[in-house]
Amino acid sequence: MVLLRLLGSFVRPYARQVALLVALLVAQTAGNLYLPNLNGDIINNGVVAGNLHYILHTGEWMLVLTLVIGLFSVGGIYWASRVAMRTGADIRTAVFSHVQKFSTRDMNVFGTASLITRNTNDVQQIQIFLQMALTMMVVAPIMCFGGIAMALHEGAQLSTLLLVAVPVMGVFLGTVMVKVVPKFRSMQVKIDRLNEVLREQITGVRVIRAFVRSDFEGQRFNGANQDLTGTALSVNRTFAMMLPMMMIILNLSSVAVVWFGGRLVSEGSMPIGNLTAFLTYIMQILLSVMMAVMVAILLPRAAASAERVNQVLATSPVITDPATPRRPEVFNGEIIFEEVSFAYPGSERPILESLDFTLAPYSTSAIIGGTGSGKTTLLNLIPRFFEATTGHVRVNGVDVREQNLEGLWASLGIVPQAAYLFSGTVATNLRFGREDATDDELWAALEIAQATDFVRAMPGGLDAPIDQGGTNVSGGQRQRLCIARALVKRADTYLFDDCFSALDATTDARLRAALKTGIGAAAVVIVAQRVSTIMDADQIIVLDGGRVVGVGTHQQLVRGCPTYHEIVVSQLGEDATR
Amino acid sequence: MSMAMGPMRGGVGATAKSKDARGTTRRLLARLAPERLKLVLALTLGVASVGFTVSGPQILGNATNVLFNGIVSKKLPVGTTQSQAIAHLRATGQNQLASMLSGMHLTPGVGVDITRMGEILGIAALVYLVGSLFNYLQGFTMAGLTQRIVFTMRRDVETKMSRLPLRYFDSHPHGDVLSRVTNDIDNLTTTIQQGLSQLITSVLTIVGVMGMMLWISPLLALVSIVTIPLALVVTMWIAKRSQRHFTDQWRSTGTLNGLVEETHTGHELVQVFGRSEATVDEFNTHNTTLYAASFKAQFLSGIIQPSMQFISNINYVAIAVLGGFRVASGLLTLGAVTAFIQYSRQFTMPITQIASQMNMLQSGIASAERVFEFLDADEEDPDIVAEPLALTPPRDDVPSVSLRHVNFRYEAEEPLIEDFSLEVPTGATIAIVGPTGAGKTTVVNLLVRFYEIDSGHIVLNGVDYRDLTRDQVRRTYGMVLQDTWMFSGSIRDNIRYGRPDASDEEVVAAASEARADSFVRTLPEGYDTILDEDASNLSAGQKQLLTIARAFLADQSILILDEATSNVDTRTEVLIQEAMAGLRHGRTSFVIAHRLSTIRDADTIIVMDKGRIVEQGSHDNLMQSQGVYFSLYNSQFAGVST
Repeated sequence: MVLLRLLGSFVRPYARQVALLVALLVAQTAGNLYLPNLNGDIINNGVVAGNLHYILHTGEWMLVLTLVIGLFSVGGIYWASRVAMRTGADIRTAVFSHVQKFSTRDMNVFGTASLITRNTNDVQQIQIFLQMALTMMVVAPIMCFGGIAMALHEGAQLSTLLLVAVPVMGVFLGTVMVKVVPKFRSMQVKIDRLNEVLREQITGVRVIRAFVRSDFEGQRFNGANQDLTGTALSVNRTFAMMLPMMMIILNLSSVAVVWFGGRLVSEGSMPIGNLTAFLTYIMQILLSVMMAVMVAILLPRAAASAERVNQVLATSPVITDPATPRRPEVFNGEIIFEEVSFAYPGSERPILESLDFTLAPYSTSAIIGGTGSGKTTLLNLIPRFFEATTGHVRVNGVDVREQNLEGLWASLGIVPQAAYLFSGTVATNLRFGREDATDDELWAALEIAQATDFVRAMPGGLDAPIDQGGTNVSGGQRQRLCIARALVKRADTYLFDDCFSALDATTDARLRAALKTGIGAAAVVIVAQRVSTIMDADQIIVLDGGRVVGVGTHQQLVRGCPTYHEIVVSQLGEDATR
Repeated sequence: MSMAMGPMRGGVGATAKSKDARGTTRRLLARLAPERLKLVLALTLGVASVGFTVSGPQILGNATNVLFNGIVSKKLPVGTTQSQAIAHLRATGQNQLASMLSGMHLTPGVGVDITRMGEILGIAALVYLVGSLFNYLQGFTMAGLTQRIVFTMRRDVETKMSRLPLRYFDSHPHGDVLSRVTNDIDNLTTTIQQGLSQLITSVLTIVGVMGMMLWISPLLALVSIVTIPLALVVTMWIAKRSQRHFTDQWRSTGTLNGLVEETHTGHELVQVFGRSEATVDEFNTHNTTLYAASFKAQFLSGIIQPSMQFISNINYVAIAVLGGFRVASGLLTLGAVTAFIQYSRQFTMPITQIASQMNMLQSGIASAERVFEFLDADEEDPDIVAEPLALTPPRDDVPSVSLRHVNFRYEAEEPLIEDFSLEVPTGATIAIVGPTGAGKTTVVNLLVRFYEIDSGHIVLNGVDYRDLTRDQVRRTYGMVLQDTWMFSGSIRDNIRYGRPDASDEEVVAAASEARADSFVRTLPEGYDTILDEDASNLSAGQKQLLTIARAFLADQSILILDEATSNVDTRTEVLIQEAMAGLRHGRTSFVIAHRLSTIRDADTIIVMDKGRIVEQGSHDNLMQSQGVYFSLYNSQFAGVST
């Protein structure tokens, strides 16, 4: 089973601690099992015989034992918590570090939200289970078998009762589990559904109100609410039955013990003190069965979590470093696509087909085309976020597959389409790629990115706080900070993926002008929707449906490439083509 | 069984300390008021159940007495009386035994009265059965009661949501609102579902057990009267400390979650910027904090049980020893002692439960407070119009919309829209341009009455907004908004969103007009394709097309296109523009876009800056006047000149 294998490998380093805690718990349970025996002795040898000295003496002994049991169990809990929580922390680190090696495709297979759940919530389930297992799973069997042994010792004839009580308890709890577990699962699904409706009402509030559909949403919610309530009611009613039923089994067992035991005592084949002890043992045995069942209830959830965690750990990244990496001799920003095609795995239709072009060293190149023409995919092949299905992508003269990934990435400065900032300050974000950049260097980058004014106006300037994702600055500001971040890194090649879209035309133009002088000899690749952004590039590549339909300068393409012509007309009007 | 699970679950969600626990509790109790009859019923059933269950050990003890009496009686010579036997024992120097016998009911020479014992045990079994039955009925009643309360609570939250003004959603982080209406409600639900019922049973059980103990032997009960508060105090003391670490644990989990989310979202950036190692280091720092907190929380909450066991064992020993003495001196029966031992075992369980329920309750109250805060938020002013006027159909001689001296500000101190006036003739296309923050979106917010104007008038087809309900106003506008929101459901239902009674043919027709039909048909399920929550199975452009189709189908007399085409590729955009031109025909439209090409053919272009109209006119007029619009327009061609 995945859970056991996972726990096996992660708990192994703590084998000694586990051995210690097992020893402590065994000792504790043994002590607890011995106590009723002493109580029986008090009754048999003390009370019945009227021996006060014996009562007192045994009482002292019981008190000492109680103290020792207490210390043992605290020790057991201490090590169980330590090992379980440490193991949980280890699994979290393992998952997180492993995901760091994932390629974009691996990330997409799982999705960010799912990876978060796997990294924290699922591990939480596993560590809670481990904690329970380390304590109860150790205690329950010892208590159960020890209890049976002691019960046999106290009154062998009475023990036949166990043959009835224990299976009845087991069967009952098993039945409840079989009934309740699927209901639980369906309840969880319904809770998720209800929350989804609510979430939609928050995110879609403008649309709902604009279309005057609040009533409809209300009905949708009401349906989900009633559905959930129905299931929850049925689960809770089943649970309402569980405790009373267990109490009946426990209590009727005691009644039976007194009845059958009483006859044995009256026949003189069992001392009366043993009866009291037996009563305690049967309670302990049944309690241990309950404990085992409780761990068993947690088991399916933990097992599911373990499986989900293991899926992450068992995924080997699709894109890895080559065995013998080659380092480019020059870093001039030359990019060559040789007969490159790309299709998503499992997809019949390639996104990119037979791309064949060279982006000259130290030049500014642009890629333009409609939505779905494959611009971003093309750009993602350069840092090897995705890997060309066929053909070669060469950066600085060496196939990206032959380069060390970190080396390749170090030579690239990337500004992605989705402007994303990390929580921290403006400065920590700008220093993301080069921690030792000076404040002057940061300001210089901001100057080029046309971000100086608003950063200066922010409270704290460079030290102004940035929320996760950069949600506390506007879209245009975010894009400019992302550009500055890439500039601070000082790359040989900059890849700008449609990152000027939220800028107004004036800022866009100023930024591009500053970029030209600001980045020195570095090469630039710009992906854009707006013609005005790219029309002064050294070379423009026009994509349509995954194919290159035009390569050249603006002037050349306006005349020679119908697709480009069409784009220009739609954005700038017929005048601009003359 | 909740005994062991309690402490752990108790910490879940207990992230916030409540500010006004007493007030919140009172309000929570007020929510129980409509169920008070059922609650009284449940309480009565609970009392009955505890009463029966608690008398069980006492009855069993009687059986033990019969047994013990029988054994002792059998040893005594036949034909003597109890007092004779005792006197005989004293005479022979067995004072100890004599005292014990004096406390018993003996019939010397006669053995165990099996019939009597059978009767007693029969009663015990019956008492246990009835007790459990009442317990079940109590649980059953409570289940219905709590579910109704929770159902109402959820319904109220949803109703509240539809009554909140947009201002609320715009000024509160969505994540926080969401957390209140989902996580907090869930947590509160768990508290009410599990906490309430168990708390009642636990308290009743303790009271019942104490009562029985006092009744059987006040002296032995004294032992328990000392140990019960001790157990409570110890439990509460530990629970309070572990609670603190649970809070830390959930806070660290939140931090760690945030870090993981952030790192994974920016995965490629982390890789390309060479930050993987630094990020793992950061992760480890937070992970260690989380480990430390969860270890302490688990350890502390874990020792509640051994501590209880320890106290219970001391109690057990004390009762065994003291009881032994008392029986030996004839002041107490053996059955009483065995019953006592069972009672002492019984009270540790409810105490541990109360401790875990206290934890749960604390966390539940913190959640309740957040939910109540949400329920207390200011609602949208109800439509003040007592009898709304009928909305007149658009007429050529009456302006479709006119704004007269409109003033509006989001924050009282920050002026935004100041003395804004605009006449929109029926059928005209108005384009609104301007830099970010100029107030373009605000104009839309005011037009569809997402926000109410502070002063001035907005008049629709000659009728003042103040004489119309919000819904009347909104039904006049067809909108394609910046956010391409889809609800989880089929594409067909999403297109139909603005007009639920539209036929399938009409849906397809609208989709065709929006140029969405062809891509929808390429999807495996076509119009029946189910969109997931973020409609992540569609591209941004496709979503945009669907929102346009939705507006087509809604077919309202005034259109608002808020930067609608910014996500659609340029070629599709051309097609959409053609379709839009068709749709705009005979309709009044407001178009808001960055791209000047989309609005060049508008009847009137309004250039906004800082909440005011700075220029107004047709494209040609504005170009001639060489003002703001002129420079905006030319900046699009800035690249050409260099």
